[in-house]
Amino acid sequence: MLGFIFRRVLQSIPLLIGVSIIGFALMHLAPGGPLAVYTLNPTITNQDIERIRIVLGLDQPIHIQYIKWATGMFTGNWGYTFFGGRPVLWVILERMPATFLLMGSALSLAMMIGCSVGVLGAVRRYSVFDMLATSGAMVALSFPTFWFGLMAIYAFAIKLGWLPSGGMYELGEEDNIIDLLRHLVLPVMVLSLVIMAVWSRYARSAFLEVMHQDYMRTAKAKGLRAPARLWRHAFPNALKPLIALLGIELPALFSGALVTETIFGWPGMGRLFVDALNMKEYPSLMGMIMFTALFVIVGNLVADVLIAIIDPRVRL
Amino acid sequence: MRAGVWTRFTRHPLAVFGFATVAILCLAALFAPFIAPHDPLLLDTSRRFVAPLARDGFLLGTDELGRDTLSRLLYGGRISLTVGLVAMFTTVITGATIGLLAGYLGGLIDTLLMRFVDTMLCFPQIFLLLVIAAFVPPSLISIALIIGLTSWMEVSRIVRAEILHLKEQDFVLAARALGASRWRIMFQELLPNIAAPLLVAATLRVASAVLAESYISYLGYGVQPPLASWGNMLTNAQGYFDTVPWLAILPGAMITLTVMGFNFLGDGLRDALDPRLRMDN
Repeated sequence: MLGFIFRRVLQSIPLLIGVSIIGFALMHLAPGGPLAVYTLNPTITNQDIERIRIVLGLDQPIHIQYIKWATGMFTGNWGYTFFGGRPVLWVILERMPATFLLMGSALSLAMMIGCSVGVLGAVRRYSVFDMLATSGAMVALSFPTFWFGLMAIYAFAIKLGWLPSGGMYELGEEDNIIDLLRHLVLPVMVLSLVIMAVWSRYARSAFLEVMHQDYMRTAKAKGLRAPARLWRHAFPNALKPLIALLGIELPALFSGALVTETIFGWPGMGRLFVDALNMKEYPSLMGMIMFTALFVIVGNLVADVLIAIIDPRVRL
Repeated sequence: MRAGVWTRFTRHPLAVFGFATVAILCLAALFAPFIAPHDPLLLDTSRRFVAPLARDGFLLGTDELGRDTLSRLLYGGRISLTVGLVAMFTTVITGATIGLLAGYLGGLIDTLLMRFVDTMLCFPQIFLLLVIAAFVPPSLISIALIIGLTSWMEVSRIVRAEILHLKEQDFVLAARALGASRWRIMFQELLPNIAAPLLVAATLRVASAVLAESYISYLGYGVQPPLASWGNMLTNAQGYFDTVPWLAILPGAMITLTVMGFNFLGDGLRDALDPRLRMDN
């Protein structure tokens, strides 16, 4: 097992290098490069910019700059925000809990409902339920998240007045769990809709794949009841592609969270990203792009290790 | 064979629905100047916020500047579909080329290209889209290219998998024995053989490109006003949302309908063209 983990970690290294090269290239492709924000400021003279260029090491050859930047990335030195001069990594970590709360809740809900719908659809293939669920999932996949969010705000916050339309807390209620949960309902509903659709489709096809295997026929032949066949035999085998999906869908989850946070004014990383974009805060933007990419790499690594735990054959 | 494909396609009611929706939307966008009852950019503050069906000549009402919503939806559809199609072609050309090269040439080239694909897949698409869209001066073509260049990875994986399977077949060996060059084999022998999966992927790609365009336009980095796009119409409508909800409902419904149409069409094509690829076997 340790050997497998070690090999899998080694395989992530080219990905890390690739991600850092693309991140670095993006920063330098920006008009004006990393100095763009200073050139817009009229109080800063050309001499100042020259000095900043030397201080930041931007006069050095490109490969030296890359190595310096990449070392900074891996040692936690992610640069400073243009406005306020705070360390980028801190700013991101500050916003992380809100985003992870939203993503985690939405993902758990989507997995539970999506998997149940998918499994039921696979067991009762071509039933009315199955037809409705598969076409419903396709419709859900076609919803623009922001539109669905606006509709949800209109229905539940404006018309019915049941839930708050945005934010994370009411003023002065920062420690109130009930208040937080009330604010969480709509964003989670909106973010989980699309993920739920993806999960139900994958769960359905994963179970259909498994249910036609020989060991399922054997289990039936030796007289096992349907629930036992489903949970003891089909489920562990169908779990593998679903765990892999967890890693694969991570980037889409971040994308969805960005849009959801923007609609609901949820103070997470996505919101920070859009704000940073409007202010041309390149260090924060690059920081967040790198953060999400690194998180995705680690997420896929964890998913692969989990699969190896479930299925010893993978470890070989 | 052709008849078989058509029969299988029409047996699928949702696929036919998708096809009809896409056809109607494309025709409406193509003939927008003839169908649109008004100039989509014409302002008239004397008729702001007319409700749908409330006044003759303004079937779907008007927006905050008195512009005719139906006309704006039609012209917005032109933009969304143009971006969707151009992005799809970019995706398919890039993805197919990379998939072909990786699959057929193999070895180091394959490893490098596929690691590049893996790397690109680590980034959440909207993050990349927004950052690049903020750098590049927005235009229809630049938006379409950005969307296309950040979403070709899946296509290249599909193409590579098909090529790995196809290149072992006799017709490739025969072509090689006849002295055909690598390029000839790749683009004239192999490429036509992956037309079916490529067509399916292309259709589904239009759906996600239309969706991507609406996201970046909604966030303000896509199609710029006064030009109408379904995404930026929604951004505008958001300000008057509690009093005039239809302004937000309509463009969103159009996006959903378009994306749904292409998704159902793509799914139907997959079932009809290649029963092997069905999600449920």
